[in-house]
Amino acid sequence: MEIPYTVSTRPDTGLWNAKVGIWLFLASEVMLFGGLFSAYIFLRLDAPPGMWPHGLLNVPVGTMNTAILILSSVTVVLAWAALKMRRYRAYWWYMLATILCGVIFLTVKLVYEWPQKFDHFGAYIKPEALGKYEQYLGNEHAAAKGLPPRLEITGHLHNRAALTDPNIKEYEVYLDPVNADPTNPAMDRPHFLYVPPTHKLAPIEKEDVERATMFLPTHSAYFASYFTITGLHGMHVLGGVLVFIYMWLPVSKKLYQRNPEHLANRVEVAGLFWHFVDLIWIFVFPLFYLL
Amino acid sequence: MNNPPDVSQDPKEYEEYAHNVQKHVRGYLMVGALLLVFTGITVALSYVDFGARKANIAVAMLVATLKAGMVAAIFMHLAAEKRLIYRILIFTGFFVLGLFWLIYLAWYDYPVFH
Amino acid sequence: MDASTSLETHHHPGAHGAEHEHHELGWWRKYIFSTDHKVIGIQYGLCGLVFLFFGFCLMMLMRWQLAYPGQALPVIGKLLPYIFGPGTMPDGKMAPDFYNSLGAMHGTIMIFLGIVPVAFAAFGNFVVPLQIGAPDMTFPKVNAASFWAFAVGGVIMLTSFFVPGGAAKSGWTSYTPLADIADKGPNYHVIFSGQTLWLLGFIFLITSSLLGAVNFITTIIQLRAKGLTWMRLPFFVWAQFVTAFLLLLAFPPLEAAIVMQFMDRVAATSFFLPSGLVVNGAAVSVSGGGNPLLWQHLFWFLGHPEVYVLILPAMGIVAEILANNSRKPLWGYKSLVFSVLVIGFLSFVVWAHHMWLTGMGTAVSAFFQTTTLLISIPSVIILSAFFISLWGGSIRFTVPMLFATAFLPMFGIGGLTGIPLAFNSADLYLHDTYYVIAHFHYIVAPGTIFGLFAGIYYWFPKATGRKMNDFWGKVHFWPTLICMNVIFLPMFLQGMIGMHRRWYDGGQGWTLSGDHVWGLTGFQWNTPISWAAWTMGLAQIPFIINFFWSIKHGKKVNDNPWEATTLEWTAPSPPPHGNFVTTPIAYRGPYEYSLPGRDRDFTMQNEPVEPRERVRRKTPEAVLV
Repeated sequence: MEIPYTVSTRPDTGLWNAKVGIWLFLASEVMLFGGLFSAYIFLRLDAPPGMWPHGLLNVPVGTMNTAILILSSVTVVLAWAALKMRRYRAYWWYMLATILCGVIFLTVKLVYEWPQKFDHFGAYIKPEALGKYEQYLGNEHAAAKGLPPRLEITGHLHNRAALTDPNIKEYEVYLDPVNADPTNPAMDRPHFLYVPPTHKLAPIEKEDVERATMFLPTHSAYFASYFTITGLHGMHVLGGVLVFIYMWLPVSKKLYQRNPEHLANRVEVAGLFWHFVDLIWIFVFPLFYLL
Repeated sequence: MNNPPDVSQDPKEYEEYAHNVQKHVRGYLMVGALLLVFTGITVALSYVDFGARKANIAVAMLVATLKAGMVAAIFMHLAAEKRLIYRILIFTGFFVLGLFWLIYLAWYDYPVFH
Repeated sequence: MDASTSLETHHHPGAHGAEHEHHELGWWRKYIFSTDHKVIGIQYGLCGLVFLFFGFCLMMLMRWQLAYPGQALPVIGKLLPYIFGPGTMPDGKMAPDFYNSLGAMHGTIMIFLGIVPVAFAAFGNFVVPLQIGAPDMTFPKVNAASFWAFAVGGVIMLTSFFVPGGAAKSGWTSYTPLADIADKGPNYHVIFSGQTLWLLGFIFLITSSLLGAVNFITTIIQLRAKGLTWMRLPFFVWAQFVTAFLLLLAFPPLEAAIVMQFMDRVAATSFFLPSGLVVNGAAVSVSGGGNPLLWQHLFWFLGHPEVYVLILPAMGIVAEILANNSRKPLWGYKSLVFSVLVIGFLSFVVWAHHMWLTGMGTAVSAFFQTTTLLISIPSVIILSAFFISLWGGSIRFTVPMLFATAFLPMFGIGGLTGIPLAFNSADLYLHDTYYVIAHFHYIVAPGTIFGLFAGIYYWFPKATGRKMNDFWGKVHFWPTLICMNVIFLPMFLQGMIGMHRRWYDGGQGWTLSGDHVWGLTGFQWNTPISWAAWTMGLAQIPFIINFFWSIKHGKKVNDNPWEATTLEWTAPSPPPHGNFVTTPIAYRGPYEYSLPGRDRDFTMQNEPVEPRERVRRKTPEAVLV
């Protein structure tokens, strides 16, 4: 006996097997990301004033990646429609476009965005030393304007050895614009375009520092959830790309020649997964980049 | 969408079918364009000061939900899907909201922390 | 090629399916890397049983320390350091860390590597497709992937015993911040430490049950035989269906939490570490800002549905066996089905009753107390329906039936003793005492495991074509039943005098455990409990021998030795690849025993309804999908 309803639909449900399967899988994915987002909500509600950073991510690049992912969602649905119309050539091109979009997304993330963060430095100042660094923090200005306090000085770490060498007593930091000119009203809200650290070098004594790290997951609850959620999302993108590559290779052409509807169904199922990954990103983007 | 008819048997029927798919394709392109526009809107809105950050979050989540709704309804065909799938998703939605809501409620109900 | 309205199995034009069927698979593909649901079910079953026994061994070791704290364990105590490392049993005496590892791994292995694989994956895989008249699961390759993910997870869990510092030791619940900082000493290895491997193994186990759950639900929805409507499904299939949904939707939030704890340990994040945490007098150097209670919420969001994952399949098995051996229809089939659905639904909104001691406020406590009591209603309905099913039956006390009938009072004790724990005020006293241990073990050990034994004896003939020996089955049953009760009943007493469940010295150092209960102090009760546990270990030997001996030498039986009614008994024993000789069609409900006017006392689901029967039953039968 062969397994029924792999391509045709079962009369009482109106569905073929893989479609039921993928929706169940997506339901569980909803719960997975639900768990992660509930953690995000929690850590954020829990964060004391000034401990949830803003404007540390690169908005134009994030926007571009969002657009790329949306574009890939369009191309994959077009690829499916092309198969439905039995136009394999068009399908092949749309699929290629989808794969490229996924690859670009991942490349931007892994080669540009993440390393840029890993190269950025931040030092949380001890509460009792905040006054000492008022010229970089501008907390009086912030308090007057009703903004949350600034507790961290960020920028490019000039003497990297300071992170590991206990004999070096201070961090030398090329300040980020916000710390270089903290009372400038233009710094009250994050910039839209990414602005690199200035050439203003500030010494920060280690004994005044509560905690100093590069922008790694360990830096703060914010970066912990950013790297965990985007990392898991990235693994989903990678999974999708691998599946699409399989469907784009000549192997799948053989399936198309044997049973075009079977390939169309497969593309539909993979597409559903891909749209879901896109859908998650639609929430990730504002939550981490913009808010 | 139904399975396409066999081309070899009835070319006319197939043409009709292909035409129908073509109509859907236009819809997909439009939704794609709309999504890009809304992405721009989300970014722009985040630079508008709505008074409190909470308001900004609410607005951004509203736009994101709208976008997600479009992806789900059109790209994932949820606008016209079989009943079984709606049922699965209703339960999932219920449980995931329960997860959010009850943890949130429990947190605010801990006398120790407040 | 418009097949969407066709009832028939789809055949691709030009595909030579027949050729493929006759192609003989090699030994490896047939028995090891198989995609056949029956082989995978048996693989799951054997692995799960081995893990069950291994987990039980861990507990038997712990029972020595509890009964004779600080004394050297004879013989075995000398050998164990060679296996688990010299620090675990110095001079044959159990080290505290090793005791903690044993406790944590006993829980983890019994639940996630023992019961779930046997109850859900093994029985589900082997029986469900047969009972619904399907040729296989919908996604055979995914099914195999599920098993191999399980196997990898199991190997990782076992490996964790051999890394420096030993296996996970923060309890099977891995509460944070304890679990976050476990083993983080000077020789901390980010991956090869017990707790990290526990997390890694869990990710594989979750993947495995996710793949399994998707497969089960799709199979039950899509592959039911013609005529097998939802209300004609055997109760076992319903139980597995709900169980699969629990695994599908409850596990992912735990997976999220596990990923976060993994990040905490590997990437030094602080998802679950609060600001200002001090360990051993020194401030922990992390960013802080995390929330330990978040772990508990996400853990118990799985943890509670998991309880029903453990019990529902056993209930399903028991239902099949009760109906079969009392030779009458299951009483209240519809109530049973709706009860099991309600249990599934409610089990998602009761989890915080594991967290009364965290100091939740009254509003949330009231909510969770209410839902917890609500969920006892369907459980009581199920148990009552089972008892009533026995009423007036002509009961055959076969070996599966012995285990199934024993399940009823055992599960009853376990369930009813849970009610005090549902109340915040009572639980504040009983929380983390041996009372809790006794309560949930009554449900899982003489409850679920009896259900599993019943199922093994019941479906063994289907898997092998031979029956297990009756006499040795009884020799297995009676000592096991008695020992179970000697082990767990005194624990209620110990718990009520306040003995804590995680004491390394078994309560010896605690004055109040000197209170006498039935002539023995709380601590002294540990001795009979431990001896009963070891005796029970011996009592499993007849089962093990009987099991393997019967595969080759058991009494040969026909395809339906129990004279049962459901579809799996229409297939040959053992069923070939593809299961059925002819595509089965169901014409009637699952438990048509002792139908009046028939010469046999059972009518199988695939027997067509006769015209005279339709008149007498006054129901519009013969509904075909």
